[in-house]
Amino acid sequence: MKPAAPVPFTGGLATRARWHPLEVLFWLAAFASYYFLPSKHLILTEIAILALFALSLDLILGYAGIVSLGHAAFFGFGAYVAGLLAKHQLVTEPLLALLLAGLAAMLLGFVTSFLVLRGSDLTRIMVTLGVALVLREIANRYAWLTGGADGLQGISMDPLLGLFRFDMFGRTAHAYTLIVLFVLFLLARRIVNSPFGLALQAIKGNALRAAAVGVAVNARLVAVYSMAAFYAGIAGALLTQTTAFASLDVFSFERSADLLLVLIIGGTGYLYGGLIGAIIFKLMQDYLSALTPQYWPFWIGLVLVVIVLVGRERFSSWTLPLRRLAAGSHWRAERARRIVGEGH
Amino acid sequence: MLTILFDGIAYGMLLFVLACGLAVTLGLMNFINLAHGAFAMAGGYATVILVNRWGVPFFAALPLAFLVSALLGLILERTLYVHVYRKSHLDQVLFTIGLVFMSVAAVDYVMGSGQMFVRLPDWLQGQFNVFGIGVGRYRLLIIAVCGFLTLALQLILSRTRFGSRLRAAVDDTRVARGLGIRVDAVFAVTFAVGSGLAGLGGALGTEIVGLDPTFPLKFMIYFLIVVTVGGTTSITGPFLASLLLGIGDVAGKYYVPTLGAFVIYTIMIIVLIVRPQGLFSRGSVR
Amino acid sequence: MVPALQTFGLDKRFGGIVAANDVSLQVQKGARHALIGPNGAGKTTLVNLLTGLLQPTSGRILLDGKDITRLRPHKRVKLGLTRTFQINQLFFELTPLETVALAVCERQELGGDWWRLLASRQALMAEVVSILERFGLADVMEERTVTLPYGKQRLLEIALAIACQPSVLLLDEPAAGVPEDERQAILAIVAALPSDVTVLLIEHDMDLVFKFATFISVLVNGALFVQGTPEEIARDRRVREVYLGEAAHA
Repeated sequence: MKPAAPVPFTGGLATRARWHPLEVLFWLAAFASYYFLPSKHLILTEIAILALFALSLDLILGYAGIVSLGHAAFFGFGAYVAGLLAKHQLVTEPLLALLLAGLAAMLLGFVTSFLVLRGSDLTRIMVTLGVALVLREIANRYAWLTGGADGLQGISMDPLLGLFRFDMFGRTAHAYTLIVLFVLFLLARRIVNSPFGLALQAIKGNALRAAAVGVAVNARLVAVYSMAAFYAGIAGALLTQTTAFASLDVFSFERSADLLLVLIIGGTGYLYGGLIGAIIFKLMQDYLSALTPQYWPFWIGLVLVVIVLVGRERFSSWTLPLRRLAAGSHWRAERARRIVGEGH
Repeated sequence: MLTILFDGIAYGMLLFVLACGLAVTLGLMNFINLAHGAFAMAGGYATVILVNRWGVPFFAALPLAFLVSALLGLILERTLYVHVYRKSHLDQVLFTIGLVFMSVAAVDYVMGSGQMFVRLPDWLQGQFNVFGIGVGRYRLLIIAVCGFLTLALQLILSRTRFGSRLRAAVDDTRVARGLGIRVDAVFAVTFAVGSGLAGLGGALGTEIVGLDPTFPLKFMIYFLIVVTVGGTTSITGPFLASLLLGIGDVAGKYYVPTLGAFVIYTIMIIVLIVRPQGLFSRGSVR
Repeated sequence: MVPALQTFGLDKRFGGIVAANDVSLQVQKGARHALIGPNGAGKTTLVNLLTGLLQPTSGRILLDGKDITRLRPHKRVKLGLTRTFQINQLFFELTPLETVALAVCERQELGGDWWRLLASRQALMAEVVSILERFGLADVMEERTVTLPYGKQRLLEIALAIACQPSVLLLDEPAAGVPEDERQAILAIVAALPSDVTVLLIEHDMDLVFKFATFISVLVNGALFVQGTPEEIARDRRVREVYLGEAAHA
C-alpha cells in the first residue's frame, strides 16, 4: 500500500536533510565574519582549517566509530604535497594544487585503511599513531626534499584562480578557506544523510548486525576512511597555502591529540561538533598562550584530564540539544517520551 | 658486529625495564596508560637532581629513583587513575595524554627544556676489551641490572603468592575477585612497581637515550611497540619483544642509517597486521 | 528439488572442544524446520557457521545448491540467507525506520549510494513503512531503538531479517526473553511468514515447535542425534531421554 502523502511518514529522515534555521544562522555568521571582523582574518582562517580537519575526523570517529590517534598523518601529507607542488612550481594554480594534495592524502588513506579494519580499539590507536610517526620520521629524514626540521621554505603562492593574490592581511586566505570548508561541508552533509551514511552509523552502532543485514562493512569503512583522509589532506594543504610554509609539526602527535579534544568539546556525530569545537578550542588556545606562551599545553592537558574525570558525556551534554536537532527527532516524539519516561 | 649486538641487547633490556610496567598494566586492567613515560621521566630527573645537585652516589640514586617513581605512581593511581578504569579506551587515551601534556610542561617549567646529563662514576665510563670486542662498561651495567630485575620479576611472578594472585587477576579479573583476591590492592602495588621500574629505567637510560621534558612523548611509541609485539599475557613476551626491537633499532641505525628508525615502526605495523594480539602472546586481543 | 540449505560434514573444533560434529543437514524449500536440543548442544554455533560468523574446521555449506562455505557473512545475506539473534542485536541509536531502511537499501544494492538523500526515495520509504506496519511497529518507528520495550525490540529484530527478503531465514529463539503478554505477537508473526521463505527455527519452547514445525532435527553435543516429523520425534523415546537425562543430571 502506497501512502498518498509520503512526507509525514518520512518525518525524521526528511527533516534531517532539510536545513534547520540554526544551521543557516551559523553559516551566515561565518561568512559575515569576513566583513565584520576585518582584523581577525588570520585567526579565523586558522579556525576554518582546524574546523575542516575536525570535520574529517568526525567522519570516521563520530560516524564510523574508528578511534584514530594519527589523523595528522593525512593532514601533514596534504600539507607537504601542496607545499612541494608550489615550491617547485609543478602546479601553480592553488585550487588545482589543493585538489591534488587532497587526492594524494586520499590515496594514503586508502592504502593504510586496511590497517584499521582489524583489531581492537587499542590496535587502531597504535597503528594510526605509528603511521603518523613514520611519516614524520620520513619527512625528517628526507630533509633534502622536505626541509627537515627547518621546514619547507621558499614557497610562494600564485594568485588564486589567477585573480586573487594572497595578501598579507589574510583576506584572500580567509575567504578561500571559508569557501572550501563550506563546499566540503555540504558534500559531507549530503553523504551522511545518504544510505551510505546510514550504513556507517549502523556499523558504528553494531558492526556485527550490520554485516548480518548485508552491509559490506570493510568496504564502507575503507571508503569513509579514504574520504576522511581526503578532507584532512585538504585542510593541511590549506594551511600550507595560506601560510606559505610547512613544517614537521603538521605530523605531530600534539596535533592529533588536540584534534580529539576539539571533537570532545564540540561533540561527535552531527558534523557541527568539529566546527563548534574548533572555534572554542582556538579561542581557548589563543587565550591560554597569551597567558603562558610556553606552557599552555599544561592547561590543555588539564582540560583533558578534567573532561575525562567529569565524564565526556556529562561534559558534552550541552551539545545534546544540538545533536538531537541534527538527528531530526520529532518534537512530538520527544515530548511523548518525556511523559512516559525513558524505556530501556 | 658483535658490538652492535651487545649494544642492541643493552638497549633492548633497558626498553624492557621501561616498558614492562605498561605491559602488565594493560594486561591486568586493560588500561592504556600513555603517560607511562612520565614516570620514567620522573625517575630520570630525580636521579639527575640527586647525583648532580646533591652529590648522592650514582648507585644510591638508582633505588631512590625507583622509589620516587613508585610513590608517584601509587599516589596518582589511588587518586586519579582509579576513576578512569571503567571508562572506554578512548577516555583512557585522552586522560593519559592529558597527564603527558601536563607532565611535559611542568618539567619544562621547573627544570628547563635542555638535555640532562648524569655525572657517572669514573669507573663506569669507557670500555672493556673482551676478545677484541668493545664492551661498554655502562652498557654492561645496564645488562646486569636489567637482567637481574627480569629474573627477579619472573621469580616473583612464578614463586610468590603475590605473583600468583597477579597472574590470576590478569587471566580473569572477575573470577579472581570471586576467589577473594583483592584485585584493587594487587593493581595498586603492580602499578606502583611498574612505575618504579620505569623510573629506574629512566634513570639508567639518561646516559644512553638522553633525558629532556619531551621524553614521555618521544618514547611513547617505543613502549607501545614493545607491548604490541610482545603481547600482554606474560613477562617473556615483552622481554623478547624488547630485545628484538633493541637489536633491530641499533642494527638498523648502523647498517641502514637512512631507514634506521623505520625498522621498528615497520615491525610494529607488520605485527599488528599479521597478529593483532602480539607476536609472543597466548590468546586473543581483548 | 534442490534443498534450500544443506550442510555436508560440518565440523567445528575449538582446540579440544567439538562444537559441531559432522553435521549433515538438509532443509527443504518452504519448510518449517526446527532445530532443538539440550543446552550447549551447539545450536547457535551451527547458526553462526551457517551465516559465516564462524569458519568451519571442515565441511561444506550449500545455499540453493551454491557453495557458500567461504563466503563472508554479508555476501551470504545478499544471496538470501538471513538470521535473527537470540539476544537482540540492534542499532540502539537508530530508529526502527532507519534500521529497516538500511536493510531495504542494502537489498536493493543502494547501500553504497552516498549522494541521494535517503528520504527522497519515496517507493523505498513506502516499503519500509509497510514492513513496520506489518510488525506493529508503525507507532514507534521514529523513536530511538534503545527506548523501545523489549518485546518491540524483538519484533524489530525479526522485521530486520525479513526486510532483507531472504529465501532462507534462521530464527534463533525468537520468543526468548519476551514477556508473556508480548509473546503472542511474536508467535503470530512467525506463523504468518510467507510460505516461499524457508525457515530454520531454533527453539526451546516445545509448544511453539510442535505447533509450527514440519520437520525437526535434534542436536546433541554438536551432532545430529535424530531427525523426523513432529509426530516421529514426539514418539521417540531417545529424545525424551536426552532431555530428561539432562534434567536428571542437572
